[in-house]
Amino acid sequence: MVTLVLPRLLDTAGTTRRSASMVERNVAALKSVYWLLLISGFVEPVLYLLSIGFGVGRLIDGIALPDGRVVEYAVFVAPAMLAASAMTGALAETTFNFFGKFKYQKLYDGIIATPVRPFEIALGELSWAMVRGSAYSAAFLAVMVTMGLTTGGRALLAFPAAVLTGFAFGSAGMALSTFMRSWQDFDLMASAQFTLFLFSGTFIPAEVYPAALRWLVEVTPLYRSVHLLRDVCVGGGGWWGLADVLYLLALTALGLTVASRRMVGLLYR
Amino acid sequence: MSKCLVVVGGHRYGRPVTSAAPLIRARGLVKRFGDFTAVDGIDVEVRPGEAFGFLGPNGAGKSSTMRMIGCISPPSGGELRILGMDPVRDGPAIRARLGVCPQLDNLDPELTVQENLTTYARYFGVPRSTARRRAAELLDFVQLTERADSRVEPLSGGMKRRLTIARALVNEPEIVLLDEPTTGLDPQARHLVWERLFRLKQQGVTLVLTTHYMDEAEQLCDRLVVMDGGRIVAEGSPRALIEQHSTREVLELRFAAESQEAFAGKLDGLGERVEVLPDRVLLYVTDGDAALAQVEARGLTPAAVLVRRSSLEDVFLHLTGRTLVD
Ligand SMILES: Nc1ncnc2c1ncn2[C@@H]1O[C@H](COP(=O)(O)OP(=O)(O)O)[C@@H](O)[C@H]1O
Ligand SMILES: [Mg+2]
Repeated sequence: MVTLVLPRLLDTAGTTRRSASMVERNVAALKSVYWLLLISGFVEPVLYLLSIGFGVGRLIDGIALPDGRVVEYAVFVAPAMLAASAMTGALAETTFNFFGKFKYQKLYDGIIATPVRPFEIALGELSWAMVRGSAYSAAFLAVMVTMGLTTGGRALLAFPAAVLTGFAFGSAGMALSTFMRSWQDFDLMASAQFTLFLFSGTFIPAEVYPAALRWLVEVTPLYRSVHLLRDVCVGGGGWWGLADVLYLLALTALGLTVASRRMVGLLYR
Repeated sequence: MSKCLVVVGGHRYGRPVTSAAPLIRARGLVKRFGDFTAVDGIDVEVRPGEAFGFLGPNGAGKSSTMRMIGCISPPSGGELRILGMDPVRDGPAIRARLGVCPQLDNLDPELTVQENLTTYARYFGVPRSTARRRAAELLDFVQLTERADSRVEPLSGGMKRRLTIARALVNEPEIVLLDEPTTGLDPQARHLVWERLFRLKQQGVTLVLTTHYMDEAEQLCDRLVVMDGGRIVAEGSPRALIEQHSTREVLELRFAAESQEAFAGKLDGLGERVEVLPDRVLLYVTDGDAALAQVEARGLTPAAVLVRRSSLEDVFLHLTGRTLVD
């Protein structure tokens, strides 16, 4: 029994360590130019919140939540901006940067000659993306609490939910990136991302769409993330939040599996 | 200088002296890419402490073989054991004990020279302080200490190559795989690399290298296989291969004419063998000077003459009818 279980446990430790070495590499590669890029990822959702949340909010008396409560428009929009920021932060790292390292720098070609395996590269890159994404989420939550758009207690709960959102988008983005042939393909992805950003119940409740369209919107990952984060930050969603969590966990697992399978095929030629 | 000797291969003392078990053993090893067979059933054995070479022209299947040995390319057929393990099942465990210098440098462009070594060491789980110490020693070993804080991209080709070789040593590997370690380097840079590899060999590290330079193979390899079209066409020590497949000396004749062919016919009966190249005729003989006297006695007046010892190039030419580097 011990001999059966022990190697597995040891391997888990090994996987963790080898993924961490990938993260370490990214920390070492962190140079000054990068910081500007990092800051832009935080500023963007705050600008949206200020311009739309408060700007448009001034024209609207309030907005009704599914449970009937009416809240200020900014309160409604802020959790969606949090979700979008978690999505953008994770995607930036696992799509554009990941693709560049994979196809142009040939970084992973060097790494596979070590004991680090493709799955561990994927996990390491995703974890690194989440270091970045989590920093955005924490900063944005701080802004929300300061502006009175949520409470401190809710923000503490919202943080892991935002991190989970990042993991789901990060791993899905990485999986998609393994299918990309050139930078042009990323234009498509950017369009898809922007469409999600506009229509995932971010600025208007999904309830206003016709039934067929609404169904389509509700299965998208950003909708589920917005739904979850709005639940946590504002309340009123009930047990549906649990479904969102399961959905995002499943997406994370699926993305990682597809990404590492594809990497095995592409790297171990 | 002597400090460098401690850098690599501390493990070798633990190796039983009596054991001649091969570190690498391939039987009927095959690599296919779609319908194309790049490696066509080769048998290879590499023993502890030897420097083993794959000599062959471009496209012979050398890199494909090296990648399979490096456990980053699954064999399409045959049997392969490395350090007694199966490369497909035990890839990470084998790779932990290998050092790899691939044909094309894939250094990390976002890191400095030194960070390239320390970061790579971390992939092997080498503790941070050890990684730093080893990086410093290895930079000294490949004479790059002055460039420690430089990025990779401004380095010359020779420097990048040396850094890649240093990187292959951060985990104190038992076997170092070098795919064309000096291709594209100028003569001076090549000699520096050879000198470092020779030193590794002296430390008891097993070297496996590929090359299409016969002088490189002769300089570095205890034993080699000549590859062509995915197959092994000859095997042995450089000396033995030359003795077996060529004569002691070669008389090179260049005739001042459009075609060397016309003159080749007039050399019948001289030497063991005649090879006609586009620009010269090679006469395989035991005594080059004596043969030259005979050529002149026949009234032939070559424009240029060279008497030299046989090399692996001649072995390759004899075995395949083609020159090694075109
Ligand atoms: N990934 C690949 N896909 C298809 N063909 C390949 C691939 N790698 C190598 N080949 C082909 O296999 C043959 C042997 O290549 P290689 O092993 O690189 O030879 P060498 O290293 O001796 O020059 C070449 O004809 C090459 O084009
Ligand atoms: Mg090659």
